[in-house]
Amino acid sequence: MADTGVVEALLRRVEKVDDGVDSLEVATSLELDHQVIVGAVKSLQAVGDVISAELRSSKHWELTDEGREIAEHGSHEARVFGSIPVEGLPQSELMKLSFGKIGFSKAMSNKWIRLDKAHEGGPRIFRTVESIEDQVREKLLLLQKGNASQLEEKEKNELKKRKLLSEVTVKTYWIMKGNSFSTTVTKQETELTAEMITNGSWKEKKFKPYNFEAMGVAPDCGHLHPLMKVRTQFRQIFLEMGFTEMPTNNFIESSFWNFDSLFQPQQHPARDQHDTFFLSDPALAHDFPQDYLERVKKVHSEGGFGSQGYKYDWKIEEAKKNILRTHTTAVSARMLYKLAQQKFTPVKYFSIDRVFRNETLDATHLAEFHQIEGVVADYGLTLGDLMGVLHQFFTKLGLKKWVEVGNSGIFRPEMLLPMGLPEDVSVIAWGLSLERPTMIKYGINNIRELVGHKVNLQMVYDKCGWTDFTFRM
Amino acid sequence: MPTVGVKRDLLFKALGRTYTDEEFDELCFEFGLELDEITSEKEIISREQGDSKASGASDIILYKIDVPANRYDLLCLEGLVRGLQVFKNKLEAPRYRRVSPVNGEPQKLIITKETAAVRPFAVAAVLRNITFTQERYDSFIELQEKLHQNICRKRSLVAIGTHDLDTISGPFTYTAKAPGDICFRPLNQTKEYTATQLMSLYKTDSHLRHYLHIIEDKPVYPVIYDSNGIVLSMPPIINGDHSKITLKTKNVFIECTATDVTKAKIVLDMMVTMFSEYCSQPFTVEEAEVVYPDGKTCVYPTLAVSVQHCFVLCPPDSESTEKIAQLLTRMCLRSRATGVGDEIEVEIPPTRSDVIHACDIMEDAAVAYGFNNITRTTPRTYTVAHQFPLNKLTELLRQDLAAAGFTEALNFALCSQEDIADKLGKKISETKAAHISNPKTAEFQVARTTLLPGLLKTIAANRKMPLPLKLFEISDVVLQDETKDVGARNSRRFCAVYYNKSPGFEVIHGLLDRTMQLLDVKSARGEGYHIQAADDPTFFPGRCAEIFVQGKSVGRLGVLHPDVINRFELTMPCSALEMDVEPFL
Repeated sequence: MADTGVVEALLRRVEKVDDGVDSLEVATSLELDHQVIVGAVKSLQAVGDVISAELRSSKHWELTDEGREIAEHGSHEARVFGSIPVEGLPQSELMKLSFGKIGFSKAMSNKWIRLDKAHEGGPRIFRTVESIEDQVREKLLLLQKGNASQLEEKEKNELKKRKLLSEVTVKTYWIMKGNSFSTTVTKQETELTAEMITNGSWKEKKFKPYNFEAMGVAPDCGHLHPLMKVRTQFRQIFLEMGFTEMPTNNFIESSFWNFDSLFQPQQHPARDQHDTFFLSDPALAHDFPQDYLERVKKVHSEGGFGSQGYKYDWKIEEAKKNILRTHTTAVSARMLYKLAQQKFTPVKYFSIDRVFRNETLDATHLAEFHQIEGVVADYGLTLGDLMGVLHQFFTKLGLKKWVEVGNSGIFRPEMLLPMGLPEDVSVIAWGLSLERPTMIKYGINNIRELVGHKVNLQMVYDKCGWTDFTFRM
Repeated sequence: MPTVGVKRDLLFKALGRTYTDEEFDELCFEFGLELDEITSEKEIISREQGDSKASGASDIILYKIDVPANRYDLLCLEGLVRGLQVFKNKLEAPRYRRVSPVNGEPQKLIITKETAAVRPFAVAAVLRNITFTQERYDSFIELQEKLHQNICRKRSLVAIGTHDLDTISGPFTYTAKAPGDICFRPLNQTKEYTATQLMSLYKTDSHLRHYLHIIEDKPVYPVIYDSNGIVLSMPPIINGDHSKITLKTKNVFIECTATDVTKAKIVLDMMVTMFSEYCSQPFTVEEAEVVYPDGKTCVYPTLAVSVQHCFVLCPPDSESTEKIAQLLTRMCLRSRATGVGDEIEVEIPPTRSDVIHACDIMEDAAVAYGFNNITRTTPRTYTVAHQFPLNKLTELLRQDLAAAGFTEALNFALCSQEDIADKLGKKISETKAAHISNPKTAEFQVARTTLLPGLLKTIAANRKMPLPLKLFEISDVVLQDETKDVGARNSRRFCAVYYNKSPGFEVIHGLLDRTMQLLDVKSARGEGYHIQAADDPTFFPGRCAEIFVQGKSVGRLGVLHPDVINRFELTMPCSALEMDVEPFL
């Protein structure tokens, strides 16, 4: 709000006139800077219909820097005249003065002074008249006081040519009374304060309207990572379906548990250096369950449990090699083996954790990603059961249409029977990556924008909507 | 999953009818395959090498079909058509027969003991009175290539050689010789080379150079001669030019040399079952004798038909055993219900080496039945769910740390040695890190032993974001641990950083206090938690403290050393906290 005194002074001026007043004139008469009056006009406009103000632009003469110097000290020629004493002044002395050169020629043409070139001791200047009238200064002073109308256009143009005057466009307000004009203005409050509530002053106050079009201030908050939020969602679905979480906190796994126990032959391309990260330190695993290991070796190399096996020379050296697990199914194998060592009870297991592939990286593949896995072990499970469980799982996810996001199946007897599980127990399982559904959900095309240190934190701040967890595919 | 490309019009001609793309896609799906792409040679070249290179190429339409990895019988047009025709009940699955030659004298391949050092196994067979056309010939070559890439593991396990039998004369000798002693004119070359010269000649061959490593370092190279000393092949690299097959070839001698005899037998079976269709007596194959160094003689191809009696496991719905038997027969597995309970007798042809257990038979039954026709059921498995306690605690902590105004980062578990050692002012030997032996880049040298570098790299990638940056991560690091079977274990950590114009130690300290409050640990020496000054090269001297819970150190917090800040390409002060989560379980 502008200064109350100024606002009231302005209103008193407006009150006196019926057809309005110019803001610049008000400023001149109140001896205030024009911008102060403009501020008062604007604050009055915000209050309501106290005044009506129309923006006008007008041409206006203004003194240049040189013009202002002249208005203060006199024109150069007048100062030259003034600096010459009755006994005259050597020309060389005059030229030393700042205004000397310009003032000399102008005073000469005005015939205020004369030059005696033949004077002994060098050229000397003398006054030719008793007194002079400094019209240039007079005119500039008039202009400076805002009385431009008293000068003729010709005179003003001459001063403009001498670069003492310039013409500027001034924006002013033409101020008239508004419909609810009054000379006193109630100040509008921006905010309710504790003080107003305490003393009840809010009842008398008027409050400035809010701008409801503007955005609010963003809350200062922390954020969970989008991938981890989707992970939480998947975890919740499994828990709702009665699945128990497997301990997958072992990234380093032996080839035995990661491949051999799953009846994955030792020459399988997935066990290649190009696909799997092998460890140099600690390079080898030890302490395998010896009986079980023998049964695994046998089923690979000779068959058994109703299988012909792969009939190749199974090597313990290959099984000992430590790797970064390529799937969480390695943990499922450990869990099922553990289960087989007890009296069998049906189980439902799940896990969501990191797995590693030594693959070529591209927009949708990284060397590590999260695998979601579900496992059910019970007597006599069928393909229909697998399809039924998958349907329930994806329905909970809000996935209307089945798309290729993962794999599912029934574990082979060559995997389960060597563990010692009963023959009539079957195990159904499915797996998918966490990243792919998350990328689909949030519309992210490049996996690097989702995972790893190169993510844009703005994405983490923004990708947060998740009440409706429905995939559109 | 291998992809097989076949010319659409040839396929339709062989199938005896045409299909729309949609109809064929549907047929593939029913048969357990996937029509991956409809394209042409021209389109492929234009996509891979640009339009200019593609101008002269053929625009005959190709179907690219995805085939399950172990179905070697579907890797060529002949096998695909046979499978689909049987599936559509238009053809009865053929029975493949091994026959003796008319003159009673089978071709002989004698293996010498020298091969033991490099490639000890070989099998062989003859396709008699075969008729090639350009298409059949192309498919014959293509199948060898497909088998080489898949079951043969890029020729390392098995390599196939095919020869015009009328240009050579048995008995053949499979031996191994020093590379300098092998000399012949290889396929499509105009002069003779020694094996040594060939190895350097093929160093730059875009195709063959990938196979050189298989024998390169061996003292002797495998080689097959005929009775006149003509070289048939130098497996697994190249055949001789002399015996190469042409469109006019009538009798084909096929040899497979191997390091895995089981796979060699499968590969030979596959070659002869697929192409015996074009012999004057279709689906018959002339046997060959292989004499091993110990004098033992084996007759090939195996063409073994195994008969399996199996019970219907996991029947799709409650189909009758007869119906299942019919479905299996359509999958080239001739079957009949024996009448003994749910028993089915299944004849497994030599083309189905992938069937090694009754469950494989049932899988085919399910494919033929149609997965989408299976009625969905809900298992009655009653279970009570349990969260893994460490993950449960992690989930709770994450929520509250975000509520405390920190943003969760998610960084890779693998990183460079530099990240966890040099950049933090530590020695790699002190880190207890697990090292990867075959990283493709430095980003995958070790499993991380600390979460701090990942958070600092996240800040470095987000320097343009408004300050302060407050980040956290709760995740696993990996440490060597001799007590574990694999020699290493995961350790769950909580790490947080505060990055601003001032170090904000009090902010990180406040976060520690809040975390302890969440974990129900009071601030007290002894029973609760306290921090005390510590020396750590990662932190600014005098600005690091160790966190103790019940007298045990669980982590550190402090203001990072300016050298650390610089090494992570940061410019502002930063305070950090990293501690173990597992002690709070």
